[in-house]
Amino acid sequence: MADIMVGAGFQGTDEATAALKVRGYWQTVGYRLRYDYVTLFFTGMIVLIALGSIFAPLLAPFDPLKTSMAYRLKPIGFRQFLLGTDELGRDMLSRLIWGGRMSLLMGLTPVALATVLGGTLGVVAGFVGGRLNMLIMRTMDVFYAFPSVLLAVAVSGTMGGGMSNGLIALTLVFIPPLCRIAETATAQVRNLDFVEAARASGAGTGSIIRHHILGNVLAPVLIYASSLISVSILLAAGLSFLGLGVEPPTPDWGLMLSTLRQAIYVEPYVCALPGVAIFITSLSFNLVSDGLRQAMDVRV
Amino acid sequence: MWAYAARRILYAVPIAIGVTVVCFCLVFLAPGDPIQMLLPPDASQADLEYLKKLYGFDQPIPVQYVKWLMRAIGGDLGVSLQTSRPVLDEVSRALSNTVIISLGAVMLAFSLGFALGTTAAYFVGRPIDRVVTGVSVVGVSVPNYWLGIVLIIIFAVNLGLLPATGMGSQGSDHFRLSNWSQLKYAILPVITMSMVPLGIIMRNTRSAVAEVLAHDFVQTLRAKGLGELAVLRHAVRNALPQILAVMGLQFGYLVGGSILIETIFTWPGTGFLLSKAILTRDIPVLQGAILILALCFVATNLAVDLVQTAVDPRIKRA
Repeated sequence: MADIMVGAGFQGTDEATAALKVRGYWQTVGYRLRYDYVTLFFTGMIVLIALGSIFAPLLAPFDPLKTSMAYRLKPIGFRQFLLGTDELGRDMLSRLIWGGRMSLLMGLTPVALATVLGGTLGVVAGFVGGRLNMLIMRTMDVFYAFPSVLLAVAVSGTMGGGMSNGLIALTLVFIPPLCRIAETATAQVRNLDFVEAARASGAGTGSIIRHHILGNVLAPVLIYASSLISVSILLAAGLSFLGLGVEPPTPDWGLMLSTLRQAIYVEPYVCALPGVAIFITSLSFNLVSDGLRQAMDVRV
Repeated sequence: MWAYAARRILYAVPIAIGVTVVCFCLVFLAPGDPIQMLLPPDASQADLEYLKKLYGFDQPIPVQYVKWLMRAIGGDLGVSLQTSRPVLDEVSRALSNTVIISLGAVMLAFSLGFALGTTAAYFVGRPIDRVVTGVSVVGVSVPNYWLGIVLIIIFAVNLGLLPATGMGSQGSDHFRLSNWSQLKYAILPVITMSMVPLGIIMRNTRSAVAEVLAHDFVQTLRAKGLGELAVLRHAVRNALPQILAVMGLQFGYLVGGSILIETIFTWPGTGFLLSKAILTRDIPVLQGAILILALCFVATNLAVDLVQTAVDPRIKRA
């Protein structure tokens, strides 16, 4: 798509080129984003959350694993504990900062894996067509027949919880939709004239896919994948909440929400904090994905 | 239309078979010997041999699958390791409880979401549209298991207006929505559950109605002197079948994905049954519940498609 730049091969004086210069695709996208303040603001939020997670060892005021029987379930702003303490007397602020690591990891990894795997399957299915397409797409249909929460719970539940099983389960949930998007986009361009022309001029399958198909498939797949990040964060935290994801005592927002649930009669506000963190993160990813979709003008 | 309906039903059959294959394979995902999963830990060697024969674990896997499928079709999904009751009984009893709150949630989401989405579509770009769009993003972004906890904190802990968890002293067998002392237990789960479908229905209604309003025939309606309310009625009627389909699909998602909300509210539905089965590693219940929920989802999708074809005269599927 980036190569549809009018005037790219234009030979002329500098002034003439400047007058004729039309913004390229990515430039247009950047131009649109520059004035989309909502998207910019929430991109900033994501950057903050990511920085907080990366530099957690430096930022967290206390050790997130250090328990203290004397300071159990203290309210927000109790002495040096800015956001209070949890049911084992661990500092909430430190745990929330550290918890971002797990939540981002569990949110981003499955989407990235599924984008590569599902995208590849979809491009192959769409490009090759025929029996192979039938085989791949009908298999995807079967996994489509499970609601996403149920499939994630089914796989990680039977495999017995744990972080890696959670990651596998979530990846499995996201492969079918991404595969379908990639397949549709590939099938749409497969028979267009420029692919025909490339083949006529002797291009092999690999180079046709790389140069002519991928450019058309990447945008819708990436946009869709970006919208899945928020779902993935919610689902991953949900799995941890059910005891199927990250294992204690590792700080993770979903897990913290689950263990603190017992204490809502004691310190309701402290108990609600991990959920606020999940909410803000998922909201940010959702809004940024929406902004990107509008800027890139892709209909998924 | 009948030809389409017949084909659509035929198409659902291989999907349903695929679903049974996936559910059958779940047992092999579980760590350890599948036969051990079906037995309580204190089972004797003789029991083990007997069960191995009974389930045909000494035979090749495809044969095992066909046998398992035949038993499942006959209604035998095995026995719960925890309660020793047939899995089918446990699941079907829980399913009705899940359907109660899912239906409530989807109806609440539809009435609110449709009204707000239509309003937003009519005032595209105006402040009210922005508010509605914002609410719909919040609806799909909010972790509903957290929202449930927050609602419990507000309405049960602080205000003491509604019960926090459970289904009331009557239990699930005598649950009646007409009785306030029982109905009040369903209110918080229904509200919590309605958030995601609310966001999705709002967003879909907004774009569908806005799309219809941009058509030329709307201008014609205005030109011939119709009032704005009548114009809107035409637009809504055009968008409605599509939104009803979205609502049907959301209902399917809610029934299948009720585990988190039922865990929070200890609502004795299929989700709660699943989370109990996960904790106790009760694989027969896990497998049976997942199978039945997935098949329900396939059936819901099928029904939505068929109803939409019947309701919407514009869809002429050859």
